[in-house]
Amino acid sequence: MGSPGAPEFRSAQPHVTREGDSVTSSNDRPNATPTAGPGITKTPTGIKGFDELTGGGLPQGRPTLVTGGAGSGKTLFGLEFLVRGAQDFDEPGVLLSFEESGPDLADNAASLGFDLPALETEGRLVVDAMQIDPSEIINTGDFDLDGLFIRLAAAVQQVGAKRVVLDTIEVLFAALDNDAIVRAELTRLLRWLKSQGLTTVITGERGREGQLTRFGIEEYVTDCVVVLDHRVRDELATRRLRIMKYRGSSHGTNEYPFLIRDRGLMVWPLTQVTLTYGASDERVSLGVPRLDEMLGGGVYRGSTVLISGTAGTGKTTLAAQAVEAACARGEKALFVSFEESPAQIMRNMRSVGIDLRRWVDAGLLRLWGERATAFGLEAHLDGLDQLLEDVEPSVVVLDAIGSLSSIGGSAQVTSMMARELDLLKSRGITAVLTSLIHEGEPESSSAAVSSLIDTWVLLRNTESDGERNRLLFVIKSRGTAHSNQVREFRMSDGGIKLLDVLVGPRGILTGSARARQLAETEAAEAERSAGLEQRQRAYEGHAAVVEAEIALLRERLATQRAELDGLATETLRGDTARIAVSASVASQREPARPPASSGENEQGA
Amino acid sequence: MTTDAPATPSPDPDGIHHLRLYVAGQSPKSVRAVENLRRVCEEHLPGRYEIELIDLLENPHLARSDEIIAVPTLIRKLPEPLRRIIGDLSDTEKVLLGLQLTKDRVDP
Repeated sequence: MGSPGAPEFRSAQPHVTREGDSVTSSNDRPNATPTAGPGITKTPTGIKGFDELTGGGLPQGRPTLVTGGAGSGKTLFGLEFLVRGAQDFDEPGVLLSFEESGPDLADNAASLGFDLPALETEGRLVVDAMQIDPSEIINTGDFDLDGLFIRLAAAVQQVGAKRVVLDTIEVLFAALDNDAIVRAELTRLLRWLKSQGLTTVITGERGREGQLTRFGIEEYVTDCVVVLDHRVRDELATRRLRIMKYRGSSHGTNEYPFLIRDRGLMVWPLTQVTLTYGASDERVSLGVPRLDEMLGGGVYRGSTVLISGTAGTGKTTLAAQAVEAACARGEKALFVSFEESPAQIMRNMRSVGIDLRRWVDAGLLRLWGERATAFGLEAHLDGLDQLLEDVEPSVVVLDAIGSLSSIGGSAQVTSMMARELDLLKSRGITAVLTSLIHEGEPESSSAAVSSLIDTWVLLRNTESDGERNRLLFVIKSRGTAHSNQVREFRMSDGGIKLLDVLVGPRGILTGSARARQLAETEAAEAERSAGLEQRQRAYEGHAAVVEAEIALLRERLATQRAELDGLATETLRGDTARIAVSASVASQREPARPPASSGENEQGA
Repeated sequence: MTTDAPATPSPDPDGIHHLRLYVAGQSPKSVRAVENLRRVCEEHLPGRYEIELIDLLENPHLARSDEIIAVPTLIRKLPEPLRRIIGDLSDTEKVLLGLQLTKDRVDP
């Protein structure tokens, strides 16, 4: 019935038949969204996490229905969509509000840190709060919504709007008392919004018994439907967001937690941000040289280390040592404790020779203590995100992640841990988590998160001879030829030391058993060395005797030689004399028989 | 736009009714609404009414200042309190109800 009134309105708006234009023209534009189907261009909402989830935002030039119960955050979603558009994407917007007054909207927006009046003054936003009091309206016959159309068109023209939010248009059904007309006009309105290429968010109140909206307006919005939910489970309120429908685009189908913060909404996608981060080849020290050695030179920068163990095994101390090492390298670190206050951590660590205060004073270390139960899981995540932004650490300690299980079911905690670790990994932060294992529980009780962990160090108490001692194992370390050895783990006032374990006849030996074994070994050694000395002396004695004998024999030999030499000399002299005699005899006979050749020479001379 | 002095004892002692009718162009609805309004006023408020006709296509900014969504919308500015009536005013009974000119007061 609204159509008879339409022609005048259309004549005022020259671009009536452009429906679908936005889709075809979108093909010319660079498609920056990896998961978008052909022909779908997306408009970023600027809502943290949402654009990652949808691969770029809302369908450009098309309407999106955002529906949810009272207080689910629909209006804030729309507000942020507009404000981010105006502030960050140079896309002015128009807000038509049917529920709240202008000042109320400005107050709501201010709670997210948005200044609506300023944006209006700058000409980047129009807020038109339509006051409708159903009790004031009397319906006397045929009508249409040209008043609304004209107001919207004027506002769009005023700022050159690209985005429109209608919050909550369903109010019209109740107020105007003629469903047939309102439906027809709604169809006309959506057609007009599309023809103008306006990216629109239409909010709807969730209906009863699974109805998406009270008046079924989801029939008119077929491109994208986002469902918001606010539920209370175990006294903890959590908000969830789900993308029910996104025509022409892939999208996450899960329910994602989201949060209303003092600086906008935030959605936590699990599957979209994972496994895209780079991998560093750089090793960083955990501050215990022998542990680094076991891990092949430390852990990779940006990897995640889990230190698990029963109570009192030194998890926190080992984590603090990693922080100390990072600060000593001049890097920034963040230590989040769910169990102790910063002052308590500093005092306790000082007692084992780790002076954290100097790093706090130097501005390299931030200690942060909060009870895990103080906030819900999402608020906790958001708090961490904020801290990471403020501190920009290279190493983060979370002590102890088990505390978080008190604020949600195990599946929730696990998925939140995954998100938290993604957050850290995407920033290239080396994370050290501690996890308490209860006595008697299997090691695998931390397994819920173990698949997310790159390096897993287990600390264990051994009890023997009336004392407890600590052992350290490296259960896994991705990408590293890590040691399979068990080490004894000792805390002293000079920090942490790792010792090789002794293997005795009854297994590995630690503590006083180690001391005893060491003493025994020493005694045996002493005994052995004493015997050796004796034999040495005996040998030396014998050697001396032998040497003396050798000397004597040598002397004797020398004497014999000397005698022999003397004899030989005398004999030689006798011979020489005899030779001389015979030679003189020969020379006397010489002239009688001269050699044939030289005879002439002698004659010539 | 017609004023007159009260001749008979009026159902509303305050006198003049100031009415403003918002329309969008010359649509059949608009034309009907204007006709219906004049008829009702002549019948029930003879000489005591003043009609201001506003075409939103010519003055779009006025839609916002008077909170107009549906068209046609009739607003009774005076007497107080402000009344808001939507539609082409073809349902006379409802128009009278909206203008607080119910039969029992006009025709006792």
